[in-house]
Amino acid sequence: MDTFIRSVQDRIVAAHSSKSPVVIHGGNTKSFYGAKSIGEALDMRGYAGVIDYQPRELVLTVRAGTPLAEIESLMDQESQMLPFEPPHFATAATIGGTVAAGLSGPRRAYAGAVRDFVLGTRIINGKGEDLHFGGRVIKNVAGYDVSRLMVGALGTLGVLLDLSFKVLPKPASEVTLRFEMDEATAIRCFNEWAGQPLPLSASCWEDGCATLRLSGTNAGVAAAMQKLGGAEMPPIEAQKFWSSLRDHGQDYFVSMDKPLWRLSVPATTPPLDLASGAAQVIEWGGALRWLAADVDAQVLREQIQRVGGHATMMRAAGGVASGVRVFHPIGGKLAELNANLKRAFDPANVLNRGRLDNVSL
Amino acid sequence: MAAVMNDSPADEATQDQYIHAKRQQLARALSQFLPAAAVLTAAEDLRPYECDGLSVYRQLPMLAVLPSTTAEVESVMRAANTQNAKVVARGSGTGLSGGATPLADGLLLSLAKFSRIVRLDPLARTALVQPGVRNQKISEEVAYLALYYAPDPSSQIACSIGGNVAENSGGVHCLKYGLTVHNILKLNIVTVDGVSVTIGSDALDSPGYDLLALMTGSEGMLGITTEVTVKLTPKPQLARVVMASFADVEKAGEAVAAVIGAGIVPAGLEMMDKLAIHAVEDFVRAGYDMDAAAILLCESDGTPEEVEEEIAKMEAVMKAAGATACRVSKDEAERLKFWSGRKAAFPAVGRISPDYYCIDGSIPRGALAHVLRRTDELSAKYGLRCANVFHAGDGNLHPLILFDANKPGELEKTEAFSAELLELCIEVGGTITGEHGVGIEKINQMCSQFNDAEREAFFDVKRAFDPKMLLNPGKAIPSLHRCAEYGRMRVSGGVMPHADIPRF
Repeated sequence: MDTFIRSVQDRIVAAHSSKSPVVIHGGNTKSFYGAKSIGEALDMRGYAGVIDYQPRELVLTVRAGTPLAEIESLMDQESQMLPFEPPHFATAATIGGTVAAGLSGPRRAYAGAVRDFVLGTRIINGKGEDLHFGGRVIKNVAGYDVSRLMVGALGTLGVLLDLSFKVLPKPASEVTLRFEMDEATAIRCFNEWAGQPLPLSASCWEDGCATLRLSGTNAGVAAAMQKLGGAEMPPIEAQKFWSSLRDHGQDYFVSMDKPLWRLSVPATTPPLDLASGAAQVIEWGGALRWLAADVDAQVLREQIQRVGGHATMMRAAGGVASGVRVFHPIGGKLAELNANLKRAFDPANVLNRGRLDNVSL
Repeated sequence: MAAVMNDSPADEATQDQYIHAKRQQLARALSQFLPAAAVLTAAEDLRPYECDGLSVYRQLPMLAVLPSTTAEVESVMRAANTQNAKVVARGSGTGLSGGATPLADGLLLSLAKFSRIVRLDPLARTALVQPGVRNQKISEEVAYLALYYAPDPSSQIACSIGGNVAENSGGVHCLKYGLTVHNILKLNIVTVDGVSVTIGSDALDSPGYDLLALMTGSEGMLGITTEVTVKLTPKPQLARVVMASFADVEKAGEAVAAVIGAGIVPAGLEMMDKLAIHAVEDFVRAGYDMDAAAILLCESDGTPEEVEEEIAKMEAVMKAAGATACRVSKDEAERLKFWSGRKAAFPAVGRISPDYYCIDGSIPRGALAHVLRRTDELSAKYGLRCANVFHAGDGNLHPLILFDANKPGELEKTEAFSAELLELCIEVGGTITGEHGVGIEKINQMCSQFNDAEREAFFDVKRAFDPKMLLNPGKAIPSLHRCAEYGRMRVSGGVMPHADIPRF
C-alpha cells in the first residue's frame, strides 16, 4: 500500500506542477452527483482494506477504496453499524466516495451525518503531501478539525486515503409504523415526536402516508409503539422500504424526463408548493425534501433560500447534464472563505476541478 | 504575518513605549463607536482579564473591549485589523489550556455582554443564543419544555457557549450525546476584517465546505462567534447509575470493554483508581468502596422501560467481568451522591497534595491497562504519586500528578512525568488533548503529534480566514520556533482558579 500511496503522491506532485487536473474516483456510483470534472482519472479502488476494526473501541479505520458493502458485512458480524446509514446507489460504492459525497441516509436526522462520525483522515493534498488529521479516538481536540472538512468536499481538498469512524452497536429492536396523514400534519407530528424522549431513527412522508422507524431497547421500542399507535409494517417489508429510500430505488428518484432536486430546509418548514403541486418525498423529520420536477432553478433556489434552506440538483433528467448549477450558489464573504480554503489545500486547483461548482477560485 | 511580528520591537523599554502608543491609538479608534465604559485601558481594569483557567500564565492585555452587539464587534474588528492589532476573544475564562491568555500587545475582546438567549423554537428544538450565555443556563431556560442542551462540560455552571464552540467541549455524557460539534447548527461569526458571516444553517446541512465543523474547536483563531444556534435534546425521563468495584484496574478496564462489547452505549462511563477513590471519599463521603482498586460509574438514561432493561444488562456485564461489589442508585438523590465523588475528584486531590498537575490525554480504550501500568512505572521512576480519573467510555484520561512546588526540583520532575505521559498517549494511538484544548499549554506536544507539513497545513487553514495572523496568534498551532519551549498547567497550593466550579 505504501507503493500505492507513493504513486498517488507522484501523480499529484506532477499534476500540481503542470496544473493538469485529476478526477478521483472509487466505484463511480455517485458520478451523477456534482458538476462535471474533466481530467485524468485517479482510481482509488486499489487502495482498499480494513486497517483496524476494534468493535469494543467503537472505532473503525479503513482505506478509502474499500467497498461499503464489505465494511457493512464485516460490521454486521459484530452487530454494529455506520450510524449515518450511507446510501449505496449501487454495489460498487466505496467508503471514500461515501465520505467525499457526504451523503447520509434515513437515520441522519436522529443519529447524525457522515461528518458526525468521522474521527480522523489521512489525505494527500493538492501539493502531493501525505497528511494525517484527527485520529482514532473519540475525543480529540488537537488542531483544526480538518477531517470533518473533507466530508462533502467531493475530493476537492484532498485525495482521501485512510478514514477512521466512530461506529455504534445496532439497536436491539427496530420497528416501522405507518400513519395515514397529510403533509402538513406529518411535518408537525415528526417535529413534535422528535421533541419527546422517543427512540426515533427514521421518518418519511409520501403520498398521504407517514412512515416512522423506532430503534432501541426492546422495552423502549415497545413502550413507544404503545404511545404512538399506527400500523406496524412487516419487518422484511420495512427493511426494503428504508433501503430503497436510502438508495433511491424507487422510480420517483431516477427519472428520464425530470431532474431530482434535493431540498435541505429547516425541519419545521410547512409544506412547500414549488412546482404547481408536484409531489414531494419528505425525510429527516421534514428537513429533507425531494422534488422530481422540471422547474426554473433560480426561482426554486430563491424559494428555498427564503425558508432558510438550499437546493441541490441531485440528478439531472436522464442523467444528462443540463447546464444548471448543481450546488446552491454561495455569496459574499462566505464564498471568499470557501475559495481560500480550496486554495490552501489545492493551490493549483488540480483535485476534482469544478466538481463542487459553488466554490470557485 | 511577518509585517505584524516585525511590528513589535524587541527591546523592553521600547516595547513598553510601543505598546503604550498603540494602546492610545487603538483606544481612540474604539471610543469613536463604543461607550467609554466598554474600552478598558487602565491596569486595574485589565487585571480581571490577565488569565483564564490556566492561571500559571498571567499577562495584562494591551487593552480590553466589551462590545455588546454584533455591529460593535464588526467595528472593533475593523479597527483592530486596520491597525494590525492582535485580538484574543474571551468568554467566561474557564478554559484550562490558556486559549484566552491575553497578549501584551493584543486587544482582549470580552463577549461577557453577549449574555442573552435570543430565541427559543420549541417545535424545532433549537435555541439561538449569544456566546456569553452560560452552558447550564440554556438547559435551565428550556427545562419547562422538557428539553436540554446535551454537552455538559464539568465547568458548565460558569463556562459560556462561545467558549464551548471554541474548544469543542464535551462532558460526561458525550459518548452518547456527542460533543459541541454535534450539537450546534449555526453560528454568526465576525471575520478578522469585520464582516459577519453565517456558518451552517437551520437546516441539517449547508452549501460549500463544512465550516461549522472547522470553526468548532478552532480556539478563537478563525473568527469571533457572536451568535450560536444550538440543538436541544428531549430530557431523558429517568437516569440511574451502576457503581461497580474491582480488585484491580485491569479488570475494571476489561469491564469497560465488555459494556461496549455488549452493545450498550452508556449515558456516562467513568473510572477512578484507588488514590482518587480515597481522596474523594475522605472529602465528600459518596459511599465509595475503600477496598476497591478501581470503581466504575456506569449510567443509563431514557424512558423507565429502557433504563430498566439497560441497567439489568449493565449489572450482569459488571458481575461477569469480576466486579467485587455492584450497587445501583435507588433514586435521584442516590444517583447524585454516587456522582458527587467523581465530580469532586479534582478538589479532593487538591486537599491531599500541595499541588497537582492535570493531564488530558485521550487513548484507545484497549490501551488502558498498558497506559495505567506505564503510569505506575513512571510514578515510581519520578517518585510522584498519580491519581487517575478517566472518562472511560470515550478513552479520555485525566491523570493527576501530585507534587509540591516548594520542594526543589519537584515541578521539573512533574513536567518531565507529564511530558512522558502525553508522548505515551501519542504512542498508543491517542492524542495529547481530549477536551481541554491546546491553547498555550500543550502547544509543544503538538510538535510530537503533527509533522511540519501538517502544522503548515493548519497555518494554511488559519491564513484562509486570517491572512495577517491577528486572531489569537501563538495559540494551538506551534511554529517551529515554539516547539522548543515548554508550558505547563499546574495548580499552585491546591488552589485552582474558579475553585468553586466542579471540573473533571
